[in-house]
Amino acid sequence: MSLTAIVIDSLVGACLLASLIRDRKKTVMALRIAWNAVRRIGPSVLAIIAVIGLIVGFIPPRWIALSIGSERGALGLLAAAALGSVLFIPALIAFPLAKSLLDMGAGVMSIAAFITTLTMIGFVFLPLEIKELDRRFALLRNGLSFLVALAIALLMGLIL
Amino acid sequence: MRKKEAEKAGTGPGGAPARRKIRWDLLFLAVSVAAFTGLGLVFRDRGGRALRISWEYFQEMVFILPAVMVLMGLFAVWVRRETVVKYLGRESGLLGLLLAVLLGTLPTGPLYVAFPLAAMLLKKGARVANVTVFLCAWACIKLPQELMEFQFLGWKFTFLRLGLTVALVIPMGLVAERIYHRRIPVSEERQP
Repeated sequence: MSLTAIVIDSLVGACLLASLIRDRKKTVMALRIAWNAVRRIGPSVLAIIAVIGLIVGFIPPRWIALSIGSERGALGLLAAAALGSVLFIPALIAFPLAKSLLDMGAGVMSIAAFITTLTMIGFVFLPLEIKELDRRFALLRNGLSFLVALAIALLMGLIL
Repeated sequence: MRKKEAEKAGTGPGGAPARRKIRWDLLFLAVSVAAFTGLGLVFRDRGGRALRISWEYFQEMVFILPAVMVLMGLFAVWVRRETVVKYLGRESGLLGLLLAVLLGTLPTGPLYVAFPLAAMLLKKGARVANVTVFLCAWACIKLPQELMEFQFLGWKFTFLRLGLTVALVIPMGLVAERIYHRRIPVSEERQP
């Protein structure tokens, strides 16, 4: 169990207890809402977990390094941003990978685009985002995030 | 009629019939599990690694998802709509945007737990710009992740990227809101 989980769980436990003391009925209602949400997003979350395992297990970091590191200029920037949007890579792998790419001589722009899209945009999460919010909202957020990631990358390339 | 059905099944504010949506996510699950088993059986060693990774994320989910959903339930029953409207609604201004960034930064669960939270905030009257900013902040700004970025890519890279992200995500939320409401008039906005 991670530290984050412990902190979140104990915090929520305390809130739940306080709620229970103040109003039992409302607490039961809250738990029902929570249970409905878990059931609603459960299948999608399990699918997401399977897809993450597939991506991390089957795509070697070497391939990613090759596709980002070999191409420079605008095309390289776009490729890095696109890869970052589609893939899901845990921070534990992504940052060492980014560092080795920088050492190999890849551009700051590409790395910044890759890291930013990696965190901000998740193709893996898109079906769930559409389901929970709506298509218009999800596509807008992800589409604009892509543009923002490119802008961040360009600015970083200019400044650094 | 349609609205009633969606409410009964507890769908988000989208309002489409619930039955079709449930089938889609089950299909998504079935396809990914089938792909997982197929590829795992053909490429044994990579399949093993994939299984280990999925197991790690599964554990993360088991310990975090229920707690965050309970928190959402408590928020839904205890926090009044007027409060959400006041701090995150149409009139909340810059403070609302900054609060959205802060709310997104505080918890460190995975992105998928943020979607139901975001849907609930919208339902309670938060404006689209704030919810967009909230989700982006949740996705990008996580302390453990930033510590790693700092360690591997240096302070200049990390702070510049973070600073630019916060600075650009706020106008982006406002633009998203503009476009979002373009064809749907404000009066027809998702009111529960």
